[in-house]
Amino acid sequence: MVLTVIERNGDGTPTAESAEVLAAARDLAEQLGVPVAAVAVGDAGDLPDDLAKRGVAQLHLLQHALLADGSPSCTGEALSQLVAAQRPAAVLAPGTDRSTEAMAWAAAELGVPLATACTEIRPGIRPGEPWEVTRERSGGILLEDAVLDAPIRLATVRPGAPVPSETAAAHEVTVHVLVPDLDASVPRARLVDRRPRAAGMTLTTAPVVVAGGRGVGGADGDAVLEELAGLVGGAVGCSRVATNNGWRPHADQVGLTGTRISPDLYVACGISGATQHWVGCMNARSILAVNTDPEAPMVTRATWAVIGDVHEVLPAVIAELRRRSGR
Amino acid sequence: MDVLVCVKRVPAVGSEILLTADATAIDTRHLGFTIGPHEECAVEEAVRIAERTGGSAGVLTVGPPEADEQLRYAMSMGADHAVRVDDPVADPDPETTAAAITAALRGLPPDVVLFGEASADAGHAQVGFRVACALRRPVVGGVKGIGLDGDRVTLRCDAPDGVEVHEAPLPAVAAVLEGLNLPRYPTIKGRLRAKKATVRVIAPDLSTGRLRTLRLRHRPEARAETVVLGRGAAAAPAVVDVLADLGMVR
Ligand SMILES: Cc1cc2nc3c(=O)[nH]c(=O)nc-3n(C[C@H](O)[C@H](O)[C@H](O)COP(=O)(O)OP(=O)(O)OC[C@H]3O[C@@H](n4cnc5c(N)ncnc54)[C@H](O)[C@@H]3O)c2cc1C
Repeated sequence: MVLTVIERNGDGTPTAESAEVLAAARDLAEQLGVPVAAVAVGDAGDLPDDLAKRGVAQLHLLQHALLADGSPSCTGEALSQLVAAQRPAAVLAPGTDRSTEAMAWAAAELGVPLATACTEIRPGIRPGEPWEVTRERSGGILLEDAVLDAPIRLATVRPGAPVPSETAAAHEVTVHVLVPDLDASVPRARLVDRRPRAAGMTLTTAPVVVAGGRGVGGADGDAVLEELAGLVGGAVGCSRVATNNGWRPHADQVGLTGTRISPDLYVACGISGATQHWVGCMNARSILAVNTDPEAPMVTRATWAVIGDVHEVLPAVIAELRRRSGR
Repeated sequence: MDVLVCVKRVPAVGSEILLTADATAIDTRHLGFTIGPHEECAVEEAVRIAERTGGSAGVLTVGPPEADEQLRYAMSMGADHAVRVDDPVADPDPETTAAAITAALRGLPPDVVLFGEASADAGHAQVGFRVACALRRPVVGGVKGIGLDGDRVTLRCDAPDGVEVHEAPLPAVAAVLEGLNLPRYPTIKGRLRAKKATVRVIAPDLSTGRLRTLRLRHRPEARAETVVLGRGAAAAPAVVDVLADLGMVR
């Protein structure tokens, strides 16, 4: 079987990332001629009905009080016990932080490799032959083809994989409950507090992000970014040069070690377009670069560019916006 | 309190990445090397904890002799000792890296072991969790805040829907993110001290793991010509036309 790790929304349904993994698992299981199984934490709820439409034949429910707060060591331990008992050909999980952590623990426990951030999984042609995966490196700036040579192949799937719209022929899903053996010997951190995020626009939800880099030069320039973002209903982002200089909080940083965003429009002001920044904004629908250097990588990769000093261009854009909208 | 940080030597790539002729690695002939920003923050945090508690801040890497450069950088930031687990492979697979670190840590058990969330080049995002599992220690990933409280550590992380605080008994492991702190720049004095410091080298038996790189590839990119809207302030009307087309002028 191909075992699929399901993360659940608050209402118990599979998350969007889990739906993507289920699609990948179905594809893989078809190639192997084996059934798709799923594993989730908690009660069945509506999950069997939902999974039936996604081609799942078996649902394994992990139930234990220690799994309630999502501890990766406990989830990983429970998962490793299920895998050891079922011996699936492959275990696929969403490439979210939470599932990657649990899979890493399970892989260590089982003594097998784990391929993370996979975009493609290719089984060996004959049984026992090593598999190949394609995975993202450096946040996706490079792709890596790698051999995954193990009796049980563990992989996490890079979020964003396409989900086919057609549903599988619905069939019966058998439900199996596993109460894993999680005694005090499983080391774990305890969740002691959880605070919801303040409502409001964030870098990841904003339709437009206006970002500044070294070329903006700090606080004065930042006020102009804020003003422009406010006028077009967007959020402000920045490059690592801005965070390293203390111009903006790290929460605003776009890039490999900051936030990956996919707004409708990314306005990159005084940002050169280093690879580590580019991976954070390359999924934007469109990019407008404002830069003094016409050869800057951000300019040559942008949809639109203005060649010029941000300190002249942005105030002029703001004035024109105000004129047209009468504000 | 004794803290140890695990770091990786990675090429500091710019805006274009060249691959070796056999495409199995990045062509580093004209590149400098660095540690990732997550790890830089881990080193800073370790140094602060050591300063505050009168403990030690160590740094460890798995790699070839050239990786001493990154250990010395960490020492110039204030780390007080360094260990290199000798591995001729510059970019070992994550199973091997974890086994090497686990072997090294069995001899020097610190109270807290810090990792970066993921290395800046390969980004396997699993070594810290493998090490924690092998050493049977609690671990938290995605950490953006560390607090010490007697024999416990509190770890703050950003979750998809808010902020979470975890508490773990010591000894513990954490994988941290940039933004944990603002790392200091090394001082001249720090650099001189680091230059003279010794790096302890250990060489445990290492077997290779079963995730092997075949080749690296550039991701296919749909490159359209950039439309230059104009130069300087004169381009403002054309910019606003674009914003209006996108429905962003309200
Ligand atoms: C492992 C690693 C991880 C990293 N992660 C990130 C990350 O997550 N995010 C990130 O951003 N960076 C990251 N970096 C840093 C990255 O490599 C670059 O150093 C950084 O993105 C450069 O920021 P910048 O474009 O603002 O500055 P620069 O590269 O210095 O570019 C400044 C640009 O502004 C232009 N300019 C200057 N003055 C003006 C003006 N008056 N008007 C208009 N244009 C002007 C210049 O022509 C230039 O193109 C990382 C680096 C490493 C090694």
